[in-house]
Amino acid sequence: MTTATVSRWDRFRESFFWHSFKRDKVAIVSFAVLLMMVMAAIFAPLLAPADPYDLAQINIMNSELPPVGMSGADPAFPLGTDAQGRDLLSTILYGTRVSLMIGFGAVVLQAFLGILFGLLAGYLGGKVDAILMRIADVQLSFSTLMVAIIVGAVFKASFGNLMFGEIAIYMLIFIIGVAEWPQIARTVRASVLAEKKKEYVDAAKVMGFGTRRIMFRHILPNTLSPIFVIATVQIANAIISEAALSFLGLGMPETQPSLGSLIKSGFDYIQSGSWWITLIPGLVLVVLVLVINLLGDWLRDVMNPRLYKG
Amino acid sequence: MTSPLVSIRGLEKRFDLSGSLLEQITFEGGRFRRKQEAVHAINGVDLEVQKGEALCVVGESGCGKSTVARTVMGLLSPSAGEIHYDGQRIDNLERKDSLPYRRKMQMIFQNPYASLNPRMTIQQTLEEPIRFHHPDWSQVQVRDKIHEVMHSVGIDPDWGSRFGHEFSGGQRQRIAIARALAVDPEFIVADEPISALDVSIQAQVLNLLMDAQESRGLTYLFITHDLAVVEHFGTRVAVMYLGRVCELADTKTLFATPRHPYTQALLSAIPKLEDDRPNHIRLKGEVPTPVNLPSGCVFHGRCPYANERCRQDVPRLITTDAGTQVACHAVEEGRL
Repeated sequence: MTTATVSRWDRFRESFFWHSFKRDKVAIVSFAVLLMMVMAAIFAPLLAPADPYDLAQINIMNSELPPVGMSGADPAFPLGTDAQGRDLLSTILYGTRVSLMIGFGAVVLQAFLGILFGLLAGYLGGKVDAILMRIADVQLSFSTLMVAIIVGAVFKASFGNLMFGEIAIYMLIFIIGVAEWPQIARTVRASVLAEKKKEYVDAAKVMGFGTRRIMFRHILPNTLSPIFVIATVQIANAIISEAALSFLGLGMPETQPSLGSLIKSGFDYIQSGSWWITLIPGLVLVVLVLVINLLGDWLRDVMNPRLYKG
Repeated sequence: MTSPLVSIRGLEKRFDLSGSLLEQITFEGGRFRRKQEAVHAINGVDLEVQKGEALCVVGESGCGKSTVARTVMGLLSPSAGEIHYDGQRIDNLERKDSLPYRRKMQMIFQNPYASLNPRMTIQQTLEEPIRFHHPDWSQVQVRDKIHEVMHSVGIDPDWGSRFGHEFSGGQRQRIAIARALAVDPEFIVADEPISALDVSIQAQVLNLLMDAQESRGLTYLFITHDLAVVEHFGTRVAVMYLGRVCELADTKTLFATPRHPYTQALLSAIPKLEDDRPNHIRLKGEVPTPVNLPSGCVFHGRCPYANERCRQDVPRLITTDAGTQVACHAVEEGRL
């Protein structure tokens, strides 16, 4: 028992978390694919052959070129081009970047609101709990998309198309983040209710620690595992919500397309034979959401306290 | 006698069972009625803890002994009554004013598996209270203090970077004791601190508590249901039944000559080595529910000496010739 202090890395390598990750092939593949996509998105300006935001590089004469391997393809555009003549590979890389940014951003906002309100409702209880949870119930009774469509439409009408295009990414993060906070708040509240009855919380109260210190320093770290699981799945949900909104024309403008708005922009040409503008970004979206969900599933299994305590 | 360190006066605690206003309204016999129910956990407890003593509170499950401990520590607010520390009323203080008492009064909990924060290392667990109560201390002072308390409870200071779940129950309870000692308290409430431990570990932890009492001049309020522990540890004993104190006496006197019929029955239940023919006092019936308290003496339904007065009057604690205190009409009238 008297061995020297163990470093965090050693502790991690000996943990159940790492152990079960090593043995789960689905988790490894999902993580690898996700890592690849995130890296590709982050380094899109370096990897992409063209800059889809730079109008000077776009030539309308190149529009609707098919992917390499089909007749009429241009090797300069490996995945073909869209209706405006943008290189589809570059646009997808930049689009993945936008989609992931909205997904992460929305979940950070959701987690902030959800953790704050969930902790307050669970720990303080009584009237605070009743009021916050009724608000959450009311919000959950509307579908996220409906709220997002209404808010998005109002903003689009009041700011105008041009202005909306500039703030669209922040708007989407805000709309999706605010619309989905009750999911996290409810999870946090449930774990807080279980944790606050434990004696270490009483011990902290006996020490005279303030409510804020007990909530954030003592209870919050013990409720993080379910938040992790929910947050992972919520990233995928946020990406899907954004794609749906973009598909309805309330999301990212075509000048800075996300995966959703790329799918939408190609949808008009699918009947004229240019299927790749819709299909390829669609596949990327499906794979992205799938691997995130698979990772979320695996995380849920690992962190399930019934299977493993610690 | 000098003034007591802690005095509990007329303490009552009720836990509401009936819920919100809407849930209280019932429809009975053609009209709406508001029905309120409560668990009467403590019903008028008076106790005084003298400086330097170990006052043990014993009683069976549900008699309110843990509720007394939690109310004294301010984890629960009393429904009625007062708690005084060193002459100062402390149960109605604002958080800011109660901070000095938080340092002087500490608590050790029953379950060492739940009383350490699972996400904090031992170092962090011990460091936080010291830094909180002594914000002006230097890094070295804090470290020395942590080392000192860890040594005094027999935990190697090198283990500071480990988490609570890496220790056994006995070690965890030592760490919990170290946390309580870290802020240099004068008074410690121990709520069944050894009942979750292995028998072989119980004695170690008990001796540790007694050593700490001697070297630091601590005063204990010790909640337990283990009579052997009381005999070993307690200066005085308070026996509780259904939220009331029925007998309060020096440990020796109580074990030698119990006066209250409940205490007599309780002590006769201790198994003895020479018992080939056990001579237990068998009480009839069961403990009444604390929701509807019996009238008069709470023990009258099971007491072999109960008469009409016991069914109507609540007995007060009276001082007997031996200097002990008993709440019993039969003892007062000399029937027992």
